[in-house]
Amino acid sequence: MADAQRHVARFTNDSRIPGWDRAADLTKEPAVVPDAATTEVPAELRAAIEDAVRRFPVGDSAFIPALYAVQEQYGWCSPEGIEQAASVLARTPAALTAVATFYDMFRMEPLGRKTVYVCTNISCSLCGADELLEALEAELGEAPDVHIRGFECLGACDIAPMASVNGIYVGPIGLDQVPELARQIVAGDDPLPAKQLIKRPCADPKVAEK
Amino acid sequence: MTDTLLFTNIDEPGLNTIDVYLARGGYEQLGRALKMEREDLITELSGSGLRGRGGAGFPMGRKASFIPKGDMQKYVVCNADESEPGTFKDRELIQKNPHQLIEGLIIAAYAIDATINYIYIRGEYDQQADILDAAIAEARERGFLGEKILGSDFSVQLELSRGAGAYICGEETGLLDSLEGKRGNPRLKPPFPANEGLFNGPTLINNVETLSAIPSIIKLGAEGYAAIGVKDSSGTKLVSISGNVERPGNYEIELGTSSRELIYDLAGGPVDGRAIKCWFPGGSSTPVLTADDLDIGYDYDSIAAAGSMLGSGAIIVVDETQSVVELAYKLAKFYSHESCGKCTPCREGTAWTFHMVERIKEGTATPMDLDIMAAVQEQIIGHCLCVLGDAMAMPIGSLIAKFRDEFEAEIETNRNERERKLAEEFAAAEVEIEGISA
Repeated sequence: MADAQRHVARFTNDSRIPGWDRAADLTKEPAVVPDAATTEVPAELRAAIEDAVRRFPVGDSAFIPALYAVQEQYGWCSPEGIEQAASVLARTPAALTAVATFYDMFRMEPLGRKTVYVCTNISCSLCGADELLEALEAELGEAPDVHIRGFECLGACDIAPMASVNGIYVGPIGLDQVPELARQIVAGDDPLPAKQLIKRPCADPKVAEK
Repeated sequence: MTDTLLFTNIDEPGLNTIDVYLARGGYEQLGRALKMEREDLITELSGSGLRGRGGAGFPMGRKASFIPKGDMQKYVVCNADESEPGTFKDRELIQKNPHQLIEGLIIAAYAIDATINYIYIRGEYDQQADILDAAIAEARERGFLGEKILGSDFSVQLELSRGAGAYICGEETGLLDSLEGKRGNPRLKPPFPANEGLFNGPTLINNVETLSAIPSIIKLGAEGYAAIGVKDSSGTKLVSISGNVERPGNYEIELGTSSRELIYDLAGGPVDGRAIKCWFPGGSSTPVLTADDLDIGYDYDSIAAAGSMLGSGAIIVVDETQSVVELAYKLAKFYSHESCGKCTPCREGTAWTFHMVERIKEGTATPMDLDIMAAVQEQIIGHCLCVLGDAMAMPIGSLIAKFRDEFEAEIETNRNERERKLAEEFAAAEVEIEGISA
């Protein structure tokens, strides 16, 4: 476990290939497909992965949905979860880990399940996203099971500055609303119901005219 | 201004469900298209002049005509990995009118005879993906997807695939690799996806907005659609306007409308009557334009003539109170994070640029750094498998070219500030260095 989290600098200039700064577990035999007969897989995880294989039957297309299922089951892409998924898919854990480390939404460490992404890209930062992230981080403090991070453009610049709370987009978030939002995140309540993107009408006046 | 096409009835409650969509004439154009010969359909799409709405602006009909004929398995892949900073138009289309996209996709699939098709949506669009999933299930239930649809000989499947947070998967070959369950690294082209795409089969990849426009083209006819807009930029376009404006949002416009009208009349211009410092005309990957360029028409060729690109149609407005160094910092940080690392000029160039902008902010940069930074941008452009590196190099290069004075002033201010602090620290620690005094 500790090995899985060790940071290894690969490039002197901080340039990066996603995931390449993670150490491999050198105590393990590489490239072995886990034995399906001896690897125990929770029933719901197996069902989710088998469903993905049915929908995406060609090649390794079921990898990403399988990794989502692992993350759902364990809260992160844990080595044991990846091992189990590998046994169902009959591929090596390394093949799955290589894919998982590429994508920002897969958690390679046991971080909180309540995921808060604050968009800090151009449009949002022009509207005060950095201050929002800072305030929300301070307000949440060490709240248990919460994982907050700045994120790439989330595609909701019309409600900048915004955040995605467990996939629910909310914004624009004023700094005065941060305490309320933080409370809702910790309690697992619906975040700022009046500010949810899904309820927002189209901005185009031609739409409203009709 | 013509009527809306893509945004027709968009805010009608329940439009995302098949009953309301059918009541508004939904799937009628699919029925008409299925009665056409495939070649005529492609001719119709070409004749409409519709250009790809994802960023490159390649004519959609021509792209479809590149797909080889024959018995091999072909695919249509819809690129719904909308991650270009500033762009949020596909999100609104998927969320509020998913069946329009599905109908357009089935017509495109019929045109090239693709029986297996995918929509690749970015993982962050969780709510939108759920809506689209439900819509696909409805379409399947009503017989618009499946075996021999609407009494024709055409059988068609559609699956929704979710990404997991990677900007590069919006690049078409990166998307294909991701769809095949790999790391989303772009591929060497050629072969182009039209010949060797998903699972090595001929693949037509189109953006959500492009496919969503197809039902309108069938309805209006190629000539009717081509009559909207200006020469070589036909039809309507969704523009996502964001940043320092009063009313950010998506607007459906006729191509060729003046940029000033979009930014000031539709989006209300910057708050408190501030002036515009610069604006990105097509997402953060396009070279910036300034207030002097506001009167150009918003269409592919006019924006290109002004030295930039229409890109995804995302206008980001930056007002006079913002710092260009901060802007460059955000850009470089984003692209260096998102570089997949496959090609050296992009992997190293984005990281170098980020560090050099950091130096400006820290006060350790020298005026010479600007020339080095500009040179790094030039060395990235055109030297990689995909355009992610270019997507940083072009806007940063344009920022340095157009706002060099401001960069120089900030380098000077930050350097003085740093030296003042250092001198204070030395004084506090009672260290004496020749030439430096508090």
